Amino acid sequence: MNALEVSGLAFAYPDGLQALFGVDLTVARGERVALLGPNGAGKTTLVLHLNGVLTAGAGSVHVGGLELNKANLKEIRKRVAIVFQDPDDQLFMPTVREDVAFGPANLGIRGAELDARIHDALAAVGMTEHVHRPPHHLSYGQRRRVAVATVLAMHPEILVMDEPTSNLDPAAKRELADILKGLDLTMLMVTHDMPYALELCERAVVMNEGTIAGDGPTREMLADEPLMRANRLELPYGFDPSFSP
Amino acid sequence: MALTLNARVPPLTLLRRLAIETPFLIFVVALPFVARGERLDIAGLSLSVEGLWGAWNIFVKATLGAAAMMLLASTTPITSILHGLQKLRVPSVIVAIAGFMIRYADVIASEMRRMKVGRQSRGYEPRVLWQARALASSAGTLFIRSYERGERVHLAMMSRGYSGTMPELAEVDASPTDWLTAFLVPAVAAMICVLAWL
Repeated sequence: MNALEVSGLAFAYPDGLQALFGVDLTVARGERVALLGPNGAGKTTLVLHLNGVLTAGAGSVHVGGLELNKANLKEIRKRVAIVFQDPDDQLFMPTVREDVAFGPANLGIRGAELDARIHDALAAVGMTEHVHRPPHHLSYGQRRRVAVATVLAMHPEILVMDEPTSNLDPAAKRELADILKGLDLTMLMVTHDMPYALELCERAVVMNEGTIAGDGPTREMLADEPLMRANRLELPYGFDPSFSP
Repeated sequence: MALTLNARVPPLTLLRRLAIETPFLIFVVALPFVARGERLDIAGLSLSVEGLWGAWNIFVKATLGAAAMMLLASTTPITSILHGLQKLRVPSVIVAIAGFMIRYADVIASEMRRMKVGRQSRGYEPRVLWQARALASSAGTLFIRSYERGERVHLAMMSRGYSGTMPELAEVDASPTDWLTAFLVPAVAAMICVLAWL
């Protein structure tokens, strides 16, 4: 069974701006997929559909075979975890512990089970010693890692990240990559960071103007110059996907 | 006083923080001069007895109240205060609002700082009074930005299964000793009150 199935998804914002024009995307269980595309391509809009924060005008989303609709919104949100771009939006509780507890507590988990989940999630991102600190006393990279922990604590099936590397210094990027590689999860990662996509994701999907413009192994997609140019994508100076490890 | 000593807060810090009640005190000083009733001559000044008592009352209450607040704020981590409020059955909405306020005060302040740097970097450095205009428009922008952040935070909350009520997460349990210690101060105050009455 596929972890994620999106078909014919179309969406227009209330002000009339149409952001998605029929998106089809299938992600198999355990796959790590990079979602590439220029600003305004509809990547974030697509992401917000995956757990029902936005409701599509047409088309459907299935998560692990379960169709997304109003009735099973809670179950879908348990399965699909989204890490937003700005950790300050994601960490809103007074301490790291309460922030990590927020998701599982909403699922009705309490007591020892809750404590175990908090501990495991923070251990997975190497932040256990900061459990009682307020989020605004952490560095940006640490906040990003706690943001990942807040959704890991919900035991999701799919981890969706909106630009996980934005504003991170190279060392923090490296630490995050090591953490993500260690997670046994289906992943969908929106990113402008091509080397990062190549390192972490075996497959890349290119989005532009509200549709899927390309889909294939990351290395081939990055090496496909006409495709890249047509979709306002560029490789960093001096980076050649066919020569990197 | 005993509490102050026990709390190990530097007295100078406490005094400096108590300066916040100065505006009230100015009003208090005026009171004996303007209040009516029986008058008293002290060092050539005609003061109202009622006004003096009123001033004394306000001064003592304000100082005690402010001092108690300062002590609480400087000895107790904010998260513990929030947990305490939750424990004391303050409505969870109020606790949540206080929590959000504390969490985002820094974020909004730094946003404000960035906007100021942005203004100054483009050569905007007028004298205090003329800054009002730019400040007003910045306040508008800041409001919009904070509002949008609020929306994003709400999205993030919904994504983690938020459905209208904050989950109760207080992990602190107050032991009988804690309750006893906490009631000590009001009990002493009540005792003094009763003694004064007799």
